[in-house]
Amino acid sequence: MAGVEQLATRPKGWRRTWESVSVVLRSRVAMIGLVIILFWVLVAIFAPLIAPHDPLAQDAMAINQGPSRQYPLGTDHLGRDILSRLIYGSRIILLLAPLSVLASVTLGTVLGLLGGYFGGWVDEVVMRILDAIMAFPTILLYLIIISAIGPSAVNVVIAITFVGAPGVARLVRSLTLDIRTRDYIRAAETRGENPLYIMFVEILPNARGPLIIDAMLRVGYAIFAIGTLGFLGLGLPPPTPDWGGMINMARRYIWTNPLSVLWPALAISSLVVALNLFADGLREETTRYQ
Amino acid sequence: MQGAPKIPILEVDGLAISYKTRRGDVPAVRDVSFEIMRSEAHSIVGESGCGKSTVAFGIVNFLGRNGKIVGGRILFQGRDLVGRSQEELRKLRGDRIAMVYQDPMQALNPSMRLGDQMAEVLIVHRKMKKAAAEERCLQMLERVYMADPASVMRRYPHQISGGQQQRVVIAMALLNDPALLIMDEPTTALDVTVEAAVLDLIAELQQEFATAIMYISHNLGVVARVSQRVGVMYAGELVERSTVEEVYLHPHHPYTQGLIRCVPRLGADKSSSYLHPIRGRVPSPANLPPGCVFEPRCDYARPECCSRRPPMREVSPGHWVRCFFAEEVAQQARLPQDALVEALAAARATPADRPILRVEGARTYYEVPSKRLIGGGKQQVKAVDDVSLEVFPGETFGIVGESGCGKTTLVRTIIGLERPTDGAFEFMGFDIRTPLAKRDLALIRNLQMVFQNPDSTLNPSFSVGAQIARPLRRFKVVPKSEVRQEVIRLLNLMKLGEAYYDRLPQQLSGGEKQRVGIARAIAGRPELVLCDEPVSALDVSVQAAVLNLLMDIQKQLGTTLVFIAHDLSVVRFLCDRIAVMYLGQIAEIGSAEAIYAPPYHPYTEALLSAVPIPDPRVEQKHVRLSGTVPSALDPPSGCRFHTRCPRMLGPICQTQAPPRQDDGNGHYIYCHIPLEELRKVEMVVTWGHKDAETR
Repeated sequence: MAGVEQLATRPKGWRRTWESVSVVLRSRVAMIGLVIILFWVLVAIFAPLIAPHDPLAQDAMAINQGPSRQYPLGTDHLGRDILSRLIYGSRIILLLAPLSVLASVTLGTVLGLLGGYFGGWVDEVVMRILDAIMAFPTILLYLIIISAIGPSAVNVVIAITFVGAPGVARLVRSLTLDIRTRDYIRAAETRGENPLYIMFVEILPNARGPLIIDAMLRVGYAIFAIGTLGFLGLGLPPPTPDWGGMINMARRYIWTNPLSVLWPALAISSLVVALNLFADGLREETTRYQ
Repeated sequence: MQGAPKIPILEVDGLAISYKTRRGDVPAVRDVSFEIMRSEAHSIVGESGCGKSTVAFGIVNFLGRNGKIVGGRILFQGRDLVGRSQEELRKLRGDRIAMVYQDPMQALNPSMRLGDQMAEVLIVHRKMKKAAAEERCLQMLERVYMADPASVMRRYPHQISGGQQQRVVIAMALLNDPALLIMDEPTTALDVTVEAAVLDLIAELQQEFATAIMYISHNLGVVARVSQRVGVMYAGELVERSTVEEVYLHPHHPYTQGLIRCVPRLGADKSSSYLHPIRGRVPSPANLPPGCVFEPRCDYARPECCSRRPPMREVSPGHWVRCFFAEEVAQQARLPQDALVEALAAARATPADRPILRVEGARTYYEVPSKRLIGGGKQQVKAVDDVSLEVFPGETFGIVGESGCGKTTLVRTIIGLERPTDGAFEFMGFDIRTPLAKRDLALIRNLQMVFQNPDSTLNPSFSVGAQIARPLRRFKVVPKSEVRQEVIRLLNLMKLGEAYYDRLPQQLSGGEKQRVGIARAIAGRPELVLCDEPVSALDVSVQAAVLNLLMDIQKQLGTTLVFIAHDLSVVRFLCDRIAVMYLGQIAEIGSAEAIYAPPYHPYTEALLSAVPIPDPRVEQKHVRLSGTVPSALDPPSGCRFHTRCPRMLGPICQTQAPPRQDDGNGHYIYCHIPLEELRKVEMVVTWGHKDAETR
């Protein structure tokens, strides 16, 4: 595929990048989402600088406390600072969620392109396998996968990839089915191009719009999934500061220290809502004047 | 009709319409004035985006939320429509103004029986009883010559053909006996033989109902056929307005002159059909030139034209022109000199004995699942059924036929996008029945294609330069370091220039996209280029430029072209030899001159008679085909044309496939009627009394 790089490197790339950025700036909804996301990203990057305590340090003198000057958001059942754990927890979630989405989008895109472009029995086989996966309730699928391969950061990524890929594949397949009828695909075929070139160079770039928006939403789902797995005790093993795990632990002390449940729950929902807002705003702006 | 009193039904005076957009108000229509008399058909002609539909929408107040009439008056039977409430307008519109759109399916409710939706018009507006309403609908369908109207009333819209749908819509529009009928490109989506029948109908109804018709079209030929008066629109303004004869024979505005000159005409001889494209492109309504709107593209432009907008003025009684120098323009009527005449002469191929492409007994069948639930198996669509033809090096070979005749399938089979079911396909002596993936790269390079739809021919993600460069790299036409220069050379050859290198397809107009598509096809310096209706989606002035470009390329590079089209005038202009296809088979094949003169195949005769010619002096024989093209799933036995043939001999046509009759010089007609009989048929298209002046 010698042509890929040549086609990909285009002059005036900067101007085009700016044009796509300005699309986001035009939408207020997307901007709100973006600000919240950037907030969490900055928190994650500068965690060691802003966290007041060591997230693993236990203070036996302050167990299950409410907010105080020393512990702004209070402490958990082991006397650990909830704020610091939230701050460090953002690092994990902001690493795992995009990573797992990247993996599921890659896998799903390849499957969707194969099924959509070749059609026929290739499509049948790919789609029936994906249907089989999608037939399971997602939560059950997570449980099965994690209990089979054990809880760990890598396995959480694998589970989310496996569960998310069929949805991406369906989206890419439907986009491919449309795009492959265009004349420029005929032109590529009459040039005798190899199917891989047609799929990845001619078709994929034209599917990128919906795919990017879908990926944004999926990062939100992935954050939910990581939270859920943590809550069920199938996420990262303790004492790692994991938002879902924090809710799970704090749940037992909900009567004595209700705020300790609230903070991680707020963190998860703020990030998910922000991603949804961002994706919605983006979709609205990109489809408005077409 | 001359005797009818001249009562103006519609008077439009200084109409201006603007659309609100993010960048402020954009004027779509400016200072448009015209009037339509009772029982008169007035056309508005212009290229896409010139505002002709906007005028119609302004009259019926369908401008949408962001459109607004910002000036002028619209008097309908003496009452001003501007500034009326929706409710008043709705009553007025439903009752006295009717509109027919381009796509009949947009006007028909797909989930209602045709009879019910027609009757509804009368029940709502006229408060008629259901039985009486249906009775009247039936009569109306009969008046628009709908075959078997009673059964049509019981059907749903999708169960009848496009031509029939348009008839139903017209019948529906006439139910309330409207004073004004607005038709917005009503035949553009129809095949040429169907279009001819609908146009006949419109002309007849206009006489019968004494309705005023406002006819909007981009096709000068259609306008000449249906209307008495015509207004030419350009960039939101009326630039010329008079009777059809005046405008077509004595155009006073440079744009009108340009339009008329750039349409290929189905003349008796080739010299009547040189094309002279208008340079440049239509300005966008958002930034119109400060002076005359046509000034940037005008050959006559002077400094004065840049600064002042010319007013509409009357150059002779009833002839209005928006040009400072109309008299001068009309007198000169000069043809921009160019080398096209010689190009045409030089491009005539000298017949070589060895064909570059040979197709014999070609068949391409598709399998479709049977509609029956049980059994039935698979049915075959015989898209191409026993076609034989030869294309010689350096010539332009045309394939004409209506939609569904298999011309595109044939070409796609030749290039390898479809798998042939049977037959011999030879290109430069090589067997090309193999699918594309198994073909030799050199073979692929020598056989390229230009596609129909300008909007999908280029990949929207890549720049023009990258897309032209791809075949250069793939076929290693030039060394890597020279690819950029070669792309620029090709762009210059396409008259696009280096500035287009970095542009994205969305920044190009339709004609420019099509030129890039041509550049991409010829980049590998192929021997044969297959062109699948490359100009049918383009505006006439752009179409002319692309056609000239194709001729230029052929002259410079000696490429052989196979050119598919449904437009006989275009094929006539461009091609050396022509095959006429009907329902998957060739009806007639021969040199262009032989096709357009007797002996004709009866189908060719009907096609020629149906083509709208933009010249009021032309006389065309009146041959109309009944019915529609039968389904290729179950083609008629014997001669496939027998179900619609006006010259059918008898049972022999229904039972036996027609023989190939040799008229000499490679002219073959597939028909049972003896050649001597066919030779007696007179010319279909003849020039009127002013014959000498035309040439």
